[in-house]
Amino acid sequence: MRLRRSMLFMPASNAAMLSTAFVFKPDSIMFDLEDAVSLREKDAARFLVFHALQMPVYRGIETVVRINSLSTPFGLPDLEAVVRAGVEVVRLPKTDSAADVAVLEAEVERIERDCGREVGSTKLMAAIESASGVVNAVSIATASPRLIGIALAGFDYVMDMQTERGSGTELFYARCAVLHAARYAKIDAFDVVFPDVNDDEGFLKEVALIKQLGFNGKSLINPRQIELLHNAFAPTQEEVDYSHRVVAAAEEGERKGLGVIALGGKMIDAPVIAHAHVVLRRAEASGVRT
Amino acid sequence: MNGDIAMINDAQARLAGVALPPGAEPFAGVFAHAPHLVSREAKYRRKRCANLEDAVRRSGLKSGMTVSFHHAFREGDKTINTVVACLASMGFRDLTLAASSLLSCNTPLIEHIRSGVIRRIYTSGMRGKLAEAISNGLMDEPINIHSHGGRVNLMDRGELSIDVAFLGVSTADEFGNANGTSGRSRCGSLGYAMVDADRAAKVVLLAETIVPFPNAPASIRQDQVDLVVEFGEIGDPSKISIGAARMTSDPRELLIARFAADVMEHSGYFEEGFSMQTGSGASSTATATFLAKRMEKKGIKAAFALGGITGGIVDLHRQGLIGKIFDTQSFDAVAAESLRTNPEHYEISTNTYANLTSKGAYCDRVDMVILSALEIDLGFNVNVITGSDGVMRGASGGHSDAAAGSNLPIVVAPLIRSRIPTVVSRCTTVVTPGDTIGVLVTDHGIAVNPNRPELAARLKKAGLPLFTIEALHERAMSLTGEPQPIAFLDKVVGLIRYRDGSLIDVVRQIKG
Repeated sequence: MRLRRSMLFMPASNAAMLSTAFVFKPDSIMFDLEDAVSLREKDAARFLVFHALQMPVYRGIETVVRINSLSTPFGLPDLEAVVRAGVEVVRLPKTDSAADVAVLEAEVERIERDCGREVGSTKLMAAIESASGVVNAVSIATASPRLIGIALAGFDYVMDMQTERGSGTELFYARCAVLHAARYAKIDAFDVVFPDVNDDEGFLKEVALIKQLGFNGKSLINPRQIELLHNAFAPTQEEVDYSHRVVAAAEEGERKGLGVIALGGKMIDAPVIAHAHVVLRRAEASGVRT
Repeated sequence: MNGDIAMINDAQARLAGVALPPGAEPFAGVFAHAPHLVSREAKYRRKRCANLEDAVRRSGLKSGMTVSFHHAFREGDKTINTVVACLASMGFRDLTLAASSLLSCNTPLIEHIRSGVIRRIYTSGMRGKLAEAISNGLMDEPINIHSHGGRVNLMDRGELSIDVAFLGVSTADEFGNANGTSGRSRCGSLGYAMVDADRAAKVVLLAETIVPFPNAPASIRQDQVDLVVEFGEIGDPSKISIGAARMTSDPRELLIARFAADVMEHSGYFEEGFSMQTGSGASSTATATFLAKRMEKKGIKAAFALGGITGGIVDLHRQGLIGKIFDTQSFDAVAAESLRTNPEHYEISTNTYANLTSKGAYCDRVDMVILSALEIDLGFNVNVITGSDGVMRGASGGHSDAAAGSNLPIVVAPLIRSRIPTVVSRCTTVVTPGDTIGVLVTDHGIAVNPNRPELAARLKKAGLPLFTIEALHERAMSLTGEPQPIAFLDKVVGLIRYRDGSLIDVVRQIKG
């Protein structure tokens, strides 16, 4: 299981940031060719991303590229470039229906064949940014085996809903819908960006909420938020100690051929063991919560 | 004064037939060597000058002599340009300018160099147009770049002999007791100026406000001061932190700061009663903030902090995490105010701070110091003076002093600045020798000097991202490509003096 707590947005037109952003060590880095790049820089940004994707220093960080919508003149050239460069995940913006994913998948498959990449090796994620997308979340999430996750994008969604960002109530239904769709499809779910980079307290409050809801992680717009997020997702020392005991008990049970294992008088079953492994992965990735 | 004449006559009578010992002269009256004692008015006001010209005339300054200044106001200084313009208008020529440092605000000096008023310069550094002009061959004689401690050393060795020191102070009384912590334009510590006050042949105070006697505390004392003149505004304290000293929200600098705090925590020096110095760079000031949390967690506090002092260090002191502060340059208004009000915040001269030949410099007692770098090379040599274009744009400052004196000098720098690599195969200019650097911390990882294997072992054990400096260099080259060499002419425009006075490198004129 791959950890995807932090997905750092990086404007693809900034060469200096692109060449060194890996030092911040997010779980995934998302080069943005869409909204963060002005019209006259679209070609230059695509060229920069094409090269950045092939830099060895990005190994170990999942590379994601948000391409322009395929309905714009930039979408298809974006896709041609990033698939050929070996991007791990293509993020489709403004996904309203399963058909949007199908169109994208067909193009990706064609390009993979054209350039000799293994068909199916390019993964996809869909960003849901409208009421239509939220309503169709289940069909979107199950539209392709290439999908590794779906993400809720807050700005466009609240505009479509004729409201604005506030305490979080405005996002409550969409968060639950996207999360259920993702869990139903057995893929990851990502929460919206938190726009005020100077409000650490507000950020951590939102992180606590989405972690409790069950999101895998969150889109980020500033590298400063990475450490805060990873720490919030890091397990406590007690959780780590308990998970070690669970894993040890499970291993012992397996050795002895026991069907049912108990720890401290409580039954340990598969989901508990799986959860223990997740906790230990998180501890390995970012230590114990401080 | 009939009594005086009577006493002189009496003395002559008493000494009749006595052979005077060599050097001794017969008593010539109470006022012979103290004419100012003739009246209360003369006694109290003998140092007061009507204006700057009057002060210059009374100082005995002549063409060809050496004048000195302090730069505690950094970019906000208003004394150097004004005094040099006055000296130019009075017809002085061929002067040696010995400012503790020069900055972008000193652009007006260019015309006084061109016209021959200034012939030689001693300074810790230079920025802006003045630095560009000198890098392009403005001066006939190369300038001398020294460290803060090295400046005092050059004075003590007799090479740099100050004839007249012009020292801006926010308050002075008419007898010459002065400080930088009271009055309007407060720079805080007068650490640089204290040295000149102690060593210059003549000391002229440029006082923004003249206050009633006795002014206390006296950073500069009445027994050091020859003349006092009311000067007007001596500097703008809000500009002290422009340029070198700044705070940051830049994620890259914060990342470096966190790595630096990691290094400090696991260095082996992070124990109760340790000591530290953080410079004025963005990452170094942020490091202090990160370190505070680690100190709280471990339940330890630092015995003292040294150096250029920022509000960040003062904060840590207020939180009880640092016992005492020793301040040779206050980097912001918070530090200056703390120096005024806080009994455990002490002002020290740059001699006490960092002079190799002082009988005890604080920099020798510092455990860990955070230093910056424009370039650092494979031998850990550091350049803090010339940019990637060969133009001088920095300052030696306390860099080589702190590196040599402290137990663990830590250089912090981004691996790449925009497209300019910081880790290079060979520094354009060496200011601080690599042997004295313990560890380099960049945003891409940490490189320990191979002469500190024990440190490398500790940091490795703590799981920090260690690289060789060669690997960091390769990483930088893979991202930026090998820079084209800078084209220099043969002419030497700057002499880099190590803190012991020796010549460690030269800066040549760039091929413009």
